Amino acid sequence: MNAPEKVKPRTRFDTVGKPRRRVDGRAKVTGLTRFADDLVLPRMVHCKLLRSPHPHAVIEAIDFSRAKDFPGVHLVLTGKDFPVSFGILPVTQDEYPLANERVRYVGDPVAAVVAKDEQTADAALGLIEVKYRILNTVSSAEEALANPEPRIHDYGEQGNIHRLQAFEFGDVDEALAKSDHVFEDLFFFEGNTHLPLEQHASVAAPDGEGKLTLWSSTQVPHYIHRALSRALRMPAQHIRVIACPNGGGFGGKCDLHNHEIVVSRASLILGRPVKICLTREEVFYMHRGRHPVLMKMRTGVTNEGKLTGMHLQTLLDGGGYGSYGVASTFYTGALQTVTYELPRYKFDACRTFTNKPACGPKRGHGTPQPRFGQEVQLDKIAEKLGLDPAEMRLNMVAKPDSLTANWLKIGSIGLEECIRQVVDHSDWKKKRAQLPPGRGLGLACGSYLCGAGLPIYWNKMPQSGVQILADRSGQVTVFCGATEIGQGSDDMLAAFVAEVLGIDAFDVRLVTGDTGLTPVDLGSYSSRVTVMMGHAAIQAAERMREMIVDAASMELEVSPERLVMAQGRVFLSEDPSKGMTFAEAVVYAETKYGTLGTVGSYAPPRAPGRFKGAGVGPSPAYSYTAVVVEAEVDQNTGWIHVPRIWVAHDIGRAVNPVLARGQVEGSIYMGLGEALMEEQVFRRLPPKMSHALVHKFPSLLEYKSLTSLDMPEVFTYLVEDPDPNCPFGAKEVGQGPLLPVMPAVANAVYDAVGVRIDEVPITPDKVLRALERKAKGETPRVGPDHFPKVPYPTPIYVTTPWEGGDGNETKPADRKQAVAS
Amino acid sequence: MRAMQQVHLKLNVNGEEEEVSFAPYKTLLEVLREDMNLTGTKHGCELGECGACAVLVDGQPLLACLELAVECEGRAIETIEGLANGSVLHPLQAAFADLGGAQCGYCTPGILMTAKALLEAEPNPSRERIREAISGNLCRCTGYQQIYESIEEAARRINEARVQA
Amino acid sequence: MMRLPWFGFHAPRTVAEAAKILAGEGPQAMLIAGGTDLVPNMKRRHQSPQTLVSLRRVDELKKITNGSGLKLGAGLSLTEVIHSDKVRAGYTGLYQAAAQVATVHLRNMGTLGGNLCLDTRCTYLNQNYEWRKAIDFCMKKDGDICWVATASKRCLAVSSTDTAPALISLGAKVKLVSSQGEREVLLADLYANDGIDYIVRRPDEILTEVSLPDTAGWKSTYWKLRRRGAFDFPVLGVAAAIKFAPDGTVEAARIALGAVSSRPLATKAGDSLIGKKLTDEAIAEAGGKAQNVAKPMDNTDLDIYWRKDVVSSFVGYALRELRGDDMRDTRMRISRQAL
Repeated sequence: MNAPEKVKPRTRFDTVGKPRRRVDGRAKVTGLTRFADDLVLPRMVHCKLLRSPHPHAVIEAIDFSRAKDFPGVHLVLTGKDFPVSFGILPVTQDEYPLANERVRYVGDPVAAVVAKDEQTADAALGLIEVKYRILNTVSSAEEALANPEPRIHDYGEQGNIHRLQAFEFGDVDEALAKSDHVFEDLFFFEGNTHLPLEQHASVAAPDGEGKLTLWSSTQVPHYIHRALSRALRMPAQHIRVIACPNGGGFGGKCDLHNHEIVVSRASLILGRPVKICLTREEVFYMHRGRHPVLMKMRTGVTNEGKLTGMHLQTLLDGGGYGSYGVASTFYTGALQTVTYELPRYKFDACRTFTNKPACGPKRGHGTPQPRFGQEVQLDKIAEKLGLDPAEMRLNMVAKPDSLTANWLKIGSIGLEECIRQVVDHSDWKKKRAQLPPGRGLGLACGSYLCGAGLPIYWNKMPQSGVQILADRSGQVTVFCGATEIGQGSDDMLAAFVAEVLGIDAFDVRLVTGDTGLTPVDLGSYSSRVTVMMGHAAIQAAERMREMIVDAASMELEVSPERLVMAQGRVFLSEDPSKGMTFAEAVVYAETKYGTLGTVGSYAPPRAPGRFKGAGVGPSPAYSYTAVVVEAEVDQNTGWIHVPRIWVAHDIGRAVNPVLARGQVEGSIYMGLGEALMEEQVFRRLPPKMSHALVHKFPSLLEYKSLTSLDMPEVFTYLVEDPDPNCPFGAKEVGQGPLLPVMPAVANAVYDAVGVRIDEVPITPDKVLRALERKAKGETPRVGPDHFPKVPYPTPIYVTTPWEGGDGNETKPADRKQAVAS
Repeated sequence: MRAMQQVHLKLNVNGEEEEVSFAPYKTLLEVLREDMNLTGTKHGCELGECGACAVLVDGQPLLACLELAVECEGRAIETIEGLANGSVLHPLQAAFADLGGAQCGYCTPGILMTAKALLEAEPNPSRERIREAISGNLCRCTGYQQIYESIEEAARRINEARVQA
Repeated sequence: MMRLPWFGFHAPRTVAEAAKILAGEGPQAMLIAGGTDLVPNMKRRHQSPQTLVSLRRVDELKKITNGSGLKLGAGLSLTEVIHSDKVRAGYTGLYQAAAQVATVHLRNMGTLGGNLCLDTRCTYLNQNYEWRKAIDFCMKKDGDICWVATASKRCLAVSSTDTAPALISLGAKVKLVSSQGEREVLLADLYANDGIDYIVRRPDEILTEVSLPDTAGWKSTYWKLRRRGAFDFPVLGVAAAIKFAPDGTVEAARIALGAVSSRPLATKAGDSLIGKKLTDEAIAEAGGKAQNVAKPMDNTDLDIYWRKDVVSSFVGYALRELRGDDMRDTRMRISRQAL
């Protein structure tokens, strides 16, 4: 329905593709960008949350009388004030703004104090007395399987298993049985967190009509708007959510957070603005970051190095709540088929509840973990088969305009070119396996979606809407719900409109991320903004262009097709001197049509998969990346030094190459941090003496984020092969380039010193342990050594496109029949 | 909590003397943001672990989150709000905006102030010196490379302007 | 926003004045110089002094004076120490140690005296009040158990100063001044192996000056192990100073280790080098001895067993550098900067 209108493909661009100052650049360098905590409103009061010191407990009583009477305190709230549960996914409404009777991790919010200032609120928190009854805790996915009681939640599959999923696309056991080789490996990917430099902040205020406005560090104002309406039991039309520019998001600001609901409620009760800004420690507790995932991967290959089938099993440690976890669980398998030709694929997944902060979406959402596994396994396969890992990959890259085994529709693929670029520039052929001992190169690839095909709640409406107003002053104002989190959302919006209308991007006024003013856009997640908002913006701009050109053509007495809009003018293509300024043309258009406003919207094409669960994975397009990492590893200490990284990313088209490169290099940065040192890990004290289960180091000092001195030289190559399903051919760039970094580091370490580190992060102590094993003649590997028994269900069986499938589930009876015939 | 006596003193911020009253336990960060409404200076940890709050005091970059405001009387404090010359951007600001030095923009004020001190001490810093100079400012977005390029470009523009003058 | 608790504030101009205030206020008063250690600790409520006595305005603490060796005022910022030509020329180990403390900004603020008095650190301690409450606190603050080793009678928090091992290897002394008078102690004797009572400085004493002996014939170096090129405290510091005879024979050698004990560890590992040349074998022997006495605890970044395993390698780096090997590439890989 909302397919982009047919417009002839542009061959010439004035704005798109040119390196430009981003439209919000000036505000960012002058300190004028107003982040949520920079907002100050008259009569504003301040909120602090009391958080649970226990990882798992029942709240038996709360006495806040002393806090309530503390001078300067305006309000104390507890779980009793919030009877309605919430959750970002409709299927997991398992959180309470303040715990109603149970706390599930150290840091779970229990009470809130609103006071004249933060200091007073903080002091009053200390006066609240909470009586807890301690419960046993679960600290890992394996413990969750082994300890069904006490249940952390009373919903889910069974015990402390939140979610089980199983799919089979073609008979994988048969494929493996017929393979020349079957490789079986276990991998573990430790959890890590987004660590945005901006700590989450929110300001809620009632307006003159008693309606609520919430300014917040959020990537998804529309989802917050919906969820807040439900949580507050307040009509959505009485709530306005404004996403402030985010000081980094990376997925960590995609949930509705406890504090957003608490300050909203408080401001409605008090009739005045209420602000909260989390401390860094609290940001670690909000988390929603990368799930720790244990993986078992069985892969069949031919002697020539072609994949025949794969059986992937994943076990996720979800933390204390659902968050986006159901989607994350799907994503640990759904995109495994998009990079290379994979004739058959089976995927079992299990997400568990544990007494730790909830995991959720972080840059790459669910896919970096299995990508790590597959890319390291491919390195092992290439070695065993005596193939060059780059050549082997080149021979198995998925085909453009194809379907995958799990019914995803792939459009353009620039992966082969990406591999060639990094191989050439890194001098791979001369260096891999040929550098002196202690130095090595590792290669890995990846792919990522350009926007999730479906929204998080079921509907068929547009996923992005853009409205444009133009008036006689020549001003063009663009409204869109998209959210600037640093990635350049605003700049993309201005660029698309400016390109179509032939004006300067700086002449476009933007109103974004405001549910009170802007058409719905689902927000900055799943790498969807450029593609989805871009389509909507182009559609709205083309409609505006049509009116302006039409009016100008009447004035110039030429046919509209002969007119060009460029450089702030509307003119005759064969005689640029004949024409008028953009503003003059708008005057004619406004005269002819009345007030000028257009809208555009976009919903992705319907995906071919029809089975239950087919909704996760489809995307209008997929981006591709190849990375080569150079590593130097000390044989005596295991110390790892990464001096150089080469990355080529298939972006379709770079709308603003400056920003595109920034996204690639930022992804490399975050990926390298995950590869080498970032980990969200927990500490359990001796159980006989304590029931504590705490985040090991919720601080910026001990959660290790690379400094400038730790960052290698990065060589970036943008591969531009415009994708027909994307606006001006532009695909995503914010997440995909992260995926290959971790496995490329692991493969480089292997090339350097011949040891396999089958888990992330790859630390010097693990390398040294593996080197010691190697010296003793043992398997030179550090990684998980067993995969627990998981009650995966019988998979949903779907016949692959090339075996006669139609995208629907093939019921066992039909399957037997098919086999028989 | 004891009697809340405010401290009253003069601070020189961006060349302007201002009388400010504040609680004596406040750091320069809190006074700038909360008592002087200079919210351009950011905070990421308030413990000296990220560099987001870097400002210049007597020309040296330091962390406003660890500097007691009561110690700042009589010292020249420079914040991001004073970096541009009126509406003309400082070359560092222009280069950061042009070349991707700022993505989300949250670490940017601290890095710009730190880079300003660097370029004043060393007009032509090598890439290695730039890496060292900003190694106390965490950035989660850029991977730092475009920040180096922005600082190098600013140095070039400043030196060019100097030659012309 | 993490905030400080309330405190009274004094800003004396002289050491004598500061000493008098300290004597008058008693142990509830604390000195503050750069504040880079104390302010975060106060924000996390590790310390809540009634009164802070600032040394920022005491100019006499900021002098560098020549004598037979070098005297450094304790109030010099670490940046000032790094920029001192005299330090760079004669006391390389100190320069390298100071240059690797924390970050540019923190070195501009933090002082030499402050780094010598740096509170011991522990991942069970250096956390917010709420976090510490969740583990029911520890013996160093608000609790009565050491979670690093629950049977331990003493606190196992780790000495995390970079400059102390370097200065110990250089044979430094420090001057302590109180209203009662002054005393000079060998820096190695300033510390005790106890995470709580890690320093023998009395609360009424001010560490005013570091005196370094003449270093003719000596060479020194400092190697720091940490995860990142900036910010991080050491998880191992190796300071070595050696006096060579003209033919390269070792006449005197001092090797001190940081971050493997509750105090900077002055080892005897250097003794085995005396009378020998720095052959690979001699270096390996000294490295082994140093590794034997290193006792990393599980309360810092990185794996404890690994941290012990690499002591010998790091001592080797230091000694090879002093021997004259070109260690620049190794230094770059470890420290991520040229020093």
